[in-house]
Amino acid sequence: MRLAALSPQAAQRGIACGMALADARALVPELISLTHDPDGDALLLKKMARHCIAYTPSVMPCPPRAILLDISGCAHLHGGEQAMEAKIIADFSERGHHVRLRFAYTPDAARALARYGGDSGGGDNGDVRALCLDALEVDAASQIALRRAGFRTIGELADLPAAPLAARFGAQLVRRINRLMGREDPHVVPQMPPVAIRVELRFPEPIGRHDDALDAIEWLIGEVAVQLAQAGRGGRAFAISLSRSDGYVARLMVETGTPTRDKALVMRLVRERIDSLADPLDPGFGYDSISLCVTRAETLDVAQRSLAPSQQPDSDVGVLLDRLAVRYGPAATLRFAAANSHIPERAAYLAQVQGKACDMPWLDNEPGEPPLRPLFLFDPPQLIDVLAAIPDGPPRRFRWRSKQYVVRFYEGPERIAPEWWRRRDGCANPGYSRDYYRVEDGDGHRFWLFRHGLYGRETSQPRWYVHGLFA
Amino acid sequence: MADRELNGGLRADGLHEFYARSRQDIVATISFALLIGQLCQRRDGRTLIWAREVQAARNGGNPYGPGLAALGIDTRKLVLLILPDAKAVLRAALDAARDAAVAAVVVELTGRQPQLDLTATRRFALAAAEKDTMVLSTRLAASPTPSAAHSRWQIAAAPSRALDVHAPGAPAFEVELLRQRGGRDGISFIMEWDGDSASFRLGNSAATAPSLSRPRSAMAVGGAGDMRRASAA
Repeated sequence: MRLAALSPQAAQRGIACGMALADARALVPELISLTHDPDGDALLLKKMARHCIAYTPSVMPCPPRAILLDISGCAHLHGGEQAMEAKIIADFSERGHHVRLRFAYTPDAARALARYGGDSGGGDNGDVRALCLDALEVDAASQIALRRAGFRTIGELADLPAAPLAARFGAQLVRRINRLMGREDPHVVPQMPPVAIRVELRFPEPIGRHDDALDAIEWLIGEVAVQLAQAGRGGRAFAISLSRSDGYVARLMVETGTPTRDKALVMRLVRERIDSLADPLDPGFGYDSISLCVTRAETLDVAQRSLAPSQQPDSDVGVLLDRLAVRYGPAATLRFAAANSHIPERAAYLAQVQGKACDMPWLDNEPGEPPLRPLFLFDPPQLIDVLAAIPDGPPRRFRWRSKQYVVRFYEGPERIAPEWWRRRDGCANPGYSRDYYRVEDGDGHRFWLFRHGLYGRETSQPRWYVHGLFA
Repeated sequence: MADRELNGGLRADGLHEFYARSRQDIVATISFALLIGQLCQRRDGRTLIWAREVQAARNGGNPYGPGLAALGIDTRKLVLLILPDAKAVLRAALDAARDAAVAAVVVELTGRQPQLDLTATRRFALAAAEKDTMVLSTRLAASPTPSAAHSRWQIAAAPSRALDVHAPGAPAFEVELLRQRGGRDGISFIMEWDGDSASFRLGNSAATAPSLSRPRSAMAVGGAGDMRRASAA
């Protein structure tokens, strides 16, 4: 494992990018390391770029770690370049980001200065000339060849005639130099903010009747559906705001499990939502405007309709689940999902139907075996009194919920070791192992019991719990 | 044998009630209903819905995915509804029963439910017949009340046939048919679930004749008779 990025404090302690994690730990034992998440970083960068729209309309995220702002004609709005720099740095440090800002005449030069230019320096060509060869960002073989030829800075290369350099190292290198020195102008391709689909209806006179408001919402949904269809998208979340003439704004939100632009379906969900409101919509003196905004949209292609009416009844259960989710909240409709763990309570969880689907398969039951995992799981496990013949033997009888059970059949133990890697102090104090027993009492009730801790090795008085019930 | 007593199986478009014999038999009752629902779901691949109250988890624990999968239930085709109260459970279950995309609805209710009266059960039975969904109502810690169900069962856990090493075997249920519309009642048998072939078999004999395993579609003659009798009641 190698280090991908560092905090400023870590850099001061002599750690460098690309170092092995073990070496870095040896240098700084209290090092905090997090898994590198390139996708998350790219997403954050995009978000930060969107935030920068406040300074200039022309913003380009430049993965993995740069954002280019074209501030021509924008700086004076923020009180000059110096004031703007201070403002941006303050803005981002308030959000917990450490940013290094550099000005230059070309985007490439600004990026190179910010990345390789050290902590001080302005933006003219002199500083670019002083940059080391890493700033060229060419392949390693060319880098080494350039170094062997005795070059150390960009300036030395920039003074050479372009043709021999291109012949020796390829046109790419010359292009990079030209871009850095401002001889070739690469444009900033601005990141366009996604245009939200939003429709508003204003009334000359406030409307007070509930049905009129519903009609207006239906019209809005129809308009939005047209816009969505033009964009080839379908809405996942619709936000409705009803502005009352006294300034109060009532907001409604409906979400669907799949992208849709079906007017009737969304309307049904809206009605459902209004019915399930804790305090019903109060028009007061009437609404003077109603607006509908699609807050989340996904690609939805136009499905071809067949000429013959389909014989099959609508076999999509999603409509029903959307309706139930709107009425009882998204946490009411759940499906079973598997997780990557061998600890029983972590191996499965209930996921919202509307959330992202992950299809991790369950562990297969061996053919001919009865179910080895219970149908119901207690969270947390319930403490029981157990009588066993020997401390590390199977249970003989137990008392649970003030009822005595005598074990007739048992199978076990199935030993499940703790996940020490999740614990703060690691394998020094891994927690107790569990010995699981599948037991059945005389009447045919089947339980999943476990002994917490290995007798003699981990604890002298292991406790017993019932963790699940079998069919 | 069970199928024969039921004129060929449980009505796949009807309402069936399952009463737990005691508080200890709650798990057996729910799993029996789920397994019947699963058989129904297997026929056409529609979705199985399980509606329960929030409080149910406090006493009986949370449904556990690996356990369902181990019973042979397809969890990708199972949706769990966890709802605030019994009223919400009944309303959501009725909506589900009226949806043609649902194969079966397992309704889990604890205690006496005054709302689940003759009218409410009749509504369920009609919805089930109309949209060809099976409604399996499990009543835990409750005693039978009049209803429009097509059949009523009492379920209890039964001792399993132990494996070689005195280990608990396949899930077994003691099933008693309390009432059946237009058929005989008062029969009881022990059924064992065979996860590999996804079917029930009679537990007290070694015969592996599948029972109850093919829920039957609406029966034309009996169905009409049922309607009349229910409206008379």
